[in-house]
Amino acid sequence: MRVLYRVLAAYPSVSIVVFFAILPFVVPYKALATQVLVYGLFALGFNLLYGYTGLLSFGHAAYFGLGAYGAGIALAKIGWTSVWVALALGVSAAAVGGAIIGFFALRRRGIYFAMLTLAFAQLLYFVAFHMASVTGGDDGLRGIPTLTLGLLAWRIPLGNPTNFHFFALALVAVAIFALRRILDSPFGAVLAAIRENTDRAQACGYDVQRVKLVSFVFSAAFTGLAGALDALRITVVPVEALYWSTSGQAVIMTLLGGAGTFFGPFVGAGTFLVLQDRLAIVTEAWPLVIGLIFMAFVLFLPQGIWGTLLARIDGHHGDDSAAQA
Amino acid sequence: MPDITLSALAAQLFTGLVLGGILVFLATGLSLIFGLMGVVNFAHGSLYMLGAYFGFFLWGLTRSYWAALIIAPLMVGLFGVIVERTMIRRLYGRGPDDPLLLTFGLSLALVEAVKLVWGKVGLVLDPPAQLAGAVDLGFMKFPAFRLFVIAVTAVVLVGLWLFLEKTNVGLIVRAGARDPLMVRALGIDLGRVWLLVFGLGIAMAGLAGILAGPLRGVYAEMGVEIIIECFVVVVVGGMGSLPGAVVAGLLIGEVVSLTTYFAPKLTEIVVFLVMAVVLLVRPSGLFGEPGLAE
Amino acid sequence: MTSLTRRRFLATTGVTAGAVLAGPHFLRRVSAQASGPIKIGFPLPLTGPFGAIAADQKRGAELAVDEINAKGGVMGRKFEVLFRDDELKPATGAQRTKELIEGQGVDFIVGGLAAHVQMAINEQTKKAGKLFISISQSDEISAKPDTSPITFHEALNPTITGRVVGSWALQNLGKKYWIVYADYAWGKQNNAVFTDVITKGGGQVIGSTPYPLGKPEFSAHLPKIQAAKPEVLLGAVPGADGVSFLKQVGSFGMKKEMKLLMPLHFLFLAKEGGADVFADVYAGTSFYWELGSSNANAKKFVDASMKKFNVPPDGYAGYGYSGILEVARGVELAKSTDSEQVAKALRANPTYDHYKGKQYWRGCDNKAFQDMWILKGRAAAQVKGDWGYFDTVAKVAADERHERTCAEKGHV
Repeated sequence: MRVLYRVLAAYPSVSIVVFFAILPFVVPYKALATQVLVYGLFALGFNLLYGYTGLLSFGHAAYFGLGAYGAGIALAKIGWTSVWVALALGVSAAAVGGAIIGFFALRRRGIYFAMLTLAFAQLLYFVAFHMASVTGGDDGLRGIPTLTLGLLAWRIPLGNPTNFHFFALALVAVAIFALRRILDSPFGAVLAAIRENTDRAQACGYDVQRVKLVSFVFSAAFTGLAGALDALRITVVPVEALYWSTSGQAVIMTLLGGAGTFFGPFVGAGTFLVLQDRLAIVTEAWPLVIGLIFMAFVLFLPQGIWGTLLARIDGHHGDDSAAQA
Repeated sequence: MPDITLSALAAQLFTGLVLGGILVFLATGLSLIFGLMGVVNFAHGSLYMLGAYFGFFLWGLTRSYWAALIIAPLMVGLFGVIVERTMIRRLYGRGPDDPLLLTFGLSLALVEAVKLVWGKVGLVLDPPAQLAGAVDLGFMKFPAFRLFVIAVTAVVLVGLWLFLEKTNVGLIVRAGARDPLMVRALGIDLGRVWLLVFGLGIAMAGLAGILAGPLRGVYAEMGVEIIIECFVVVVVGGMGSLPGAVVAGLLIGEVVSLTTYFAPKLTEIVVFLVMAVVLLVRPSGLFGEPGLAE
Repeated sequence: MTSLTRRRFLATTGVTAGAVLAGPHFLRRVSAQASGPIKIGFPLPLTGPFGAIAADQKRGAELAVDEINAKGGVMGRKFEVLFRDDELKPATGAQRTKELIEGQGVDFIVGGLAAHVQMAINEQTKKAGKLFISISQSDEISAKPDTSPITFHEALNPTITGRVVGSWALQNLGKKYWIVYADYAWGKQNNAVFTDVITKGGGQVIGSTPYPLGKPEFSAHLPKIQAAKPEVLLGAVPGADGVSFLKQVGSFGMKKEMKLLMPLHFLFLAKEGGADVFADVYAGTSFYWELGSSNANAKKFVDASMKKFNVPPDGYAGYGYSGILEVARGVELAKSTDSEQVAKALRANPTYDHYKGKQYWRGCDNKAFQDMWILKGRAAAQVKGDWGYFDTVAKVAADERHERTCAEKGHV
């Protein structure tokens, strides 16, 4: 076991990719693995801002939705057929949204910052709800075609669940490696400084506002990629993608898995989604069971599943190598 | 744009007071709990819902809305205290997110639990016969029960003010909110007082529920729908500020009510616009103290 | 706990969890079978504010399966319906449909309650090539670009409901209307259709008031409506909002001043609101259980429901029942579980009658045409037993003029 954790800690990005390469063949149906992958990325984006920078946002649905609508509108409304263009549009829309919202929301801190992010996300929801000619309104954006990926000489139909899963995994892998680079860089160190003690970081001479905004935009971009991938995955963009309940899902998954850890978001997404999927088949009262399980986790596993596991290893072996995971 | 007649305007203003009253009950409880204990109680909406369901249950037992009105909030308050003692208490000193997550799980569980006990169909809770009709106010007719809700709001708020300003316990609460260390140093058991306040805050949520039951119906999702408005009110008023919760609650109640009439498309969004504007102009809400929620 | 025990604990938990999750996958062949039961996936909002109506759908479906299997199934294979909670959310509906098709290997999908959810389900079924019989109310599902040769729509839609109820009301209730409607797709569609029907029929819509869905506060609008003196007040106000609407209208004494009309009545909403709220309110319906006294199939259906569940079936139960039976009929006709074959068979033999009278599929858009009834709420003293909330006032037979033409819906 110790060896396994050492490997995970030493090669976190590769480990995640390998895990998701195996996952579709382990879970009851492949689309579940893809759902975990995409929502794990969503939680990853949120975690960059929350776990690593220390800023709790209640409005991350905004970037998920912008990513989804960006990709969806490109494919369904404008009629472009390139996957890459659609994804680029989605990510850009989310990043721009992040820049604008971040600029305003970061003027405040703590719970007030969180509520501002919520306010902006709800504003976007309202706009999407009423601009039915562009977004489909509350009926959702339909008509996203199933694409065929053109890669050099290959044609890969993305309608096949396995194909789509590995396509998504390739993109998520890029995102994960990118995040790793960000966190391991000097910029990542400043993020940690801001999380631990913002005023002190300011006193040390860092342009804290600018760093926070950059982190915000990166976070929005990763989240936007998740949204764009989800639009391709379910071939609709429901207006609920922008609603606060979607933001709540990212928060729950991250906290469940372990905020501020690298694997946490994916562990949280996996646990939450698989549990929900399997429980819903067994009983109509599944929200009750999930609610009780949450409460049990909070009471007895406060650092999230992965966070607790890491702490146990740290505590027992007294080494720091697991901290990076 | 609908016509601006005096009676329509007056009707909306009164309706706004009714909505505002409900929000005030919820927001004062939430603000108190946050201000004193640092707990963001996501289950507040579900406790409001429980107030309505307990009210229905008690009405079934006693056939008296008045009895239900008094007892239901007490039952909800007791439930809240039990939850605090058994679960939330273990989370102190851990960080602000854990109570949020716990209460979120609790709210999920409560919605389903209530459906298991009372079924999936919404329940009918009628106002008492004495309050069933409409009152002629001269320039308009207004439903009697709604006037009653406004009256209860006023009475409870006055009672709360009296409690805080004129009683010894109230004095301890105010002192404890300002400087808990000093109060403890003076040998006063703050824990018991805070528990009382916590119970009071939760009971007010339950009271809001049983008042809202005849207005909106009794159904399991009623708490989920109101919790976000509730948070907005608390933030606009200033986290931990009681006058803030009252002013913001009434303000937002009026704003929503007027918007529903004059610009219905904006109703969903207007609370968030108000909040965004307030927060960008006054960093800690209308009456909040800087540093309390950061 | 020593490290050895902890490691073993973690390992054991991990293996057990993996087995629980993966077990079913390995133990069962996932692709659609040529033998074994014929499986139908049934997504519906078991949790959420419409749970009671979803329960109605589920009961209807279960009765259909009982009936089919009592006869030995179709082609010697029994039917199995797999219910899945779509939470009234499109993303969940899409995910559950994926699970049903990919994980459970279902051959067909019947279901959906909310319009936006069934369209998300439809996107999945279209792409997977599985027949989908939608039992949700939507104008779009049977029109281009949403529809497909394997998308069937069993339920009513706002156009049909509006035209039927609107023209009946124009003949029988009055000429001057005020419309209050919820500001979202269903409400707006109803407002548009009713306004169209009323104005073209020689009536007048003297005012219309949108309100935000989920915020049923009408006290300020009601005095103004009273002052305008319409003959009929139409409330396109769904679910619990509708109950609040009727309560407020009642508390302002408006029931004595004008007739009240809604697009559709639902038995479980009447139970929720109570007879006082629904007394004297007119609305349409696709099915009402008292029909059992005049239609043999209806009686059979109602009796079966009372026997098994002690609850009568309502409109949505009828859709669930009929939807499943239509799949069975299609499979029987096509002698195959291939979705395209079944779709063609149903179009080639479009007439059916399962629980309320003759219904048929229109060829161009797979739209079911069916009879409707107009109901009126009984006063509290007149309510019969636990469920007799409505008087049946009129029957309106199926007619393609109630719906948009094939061309209007994009089918050429």
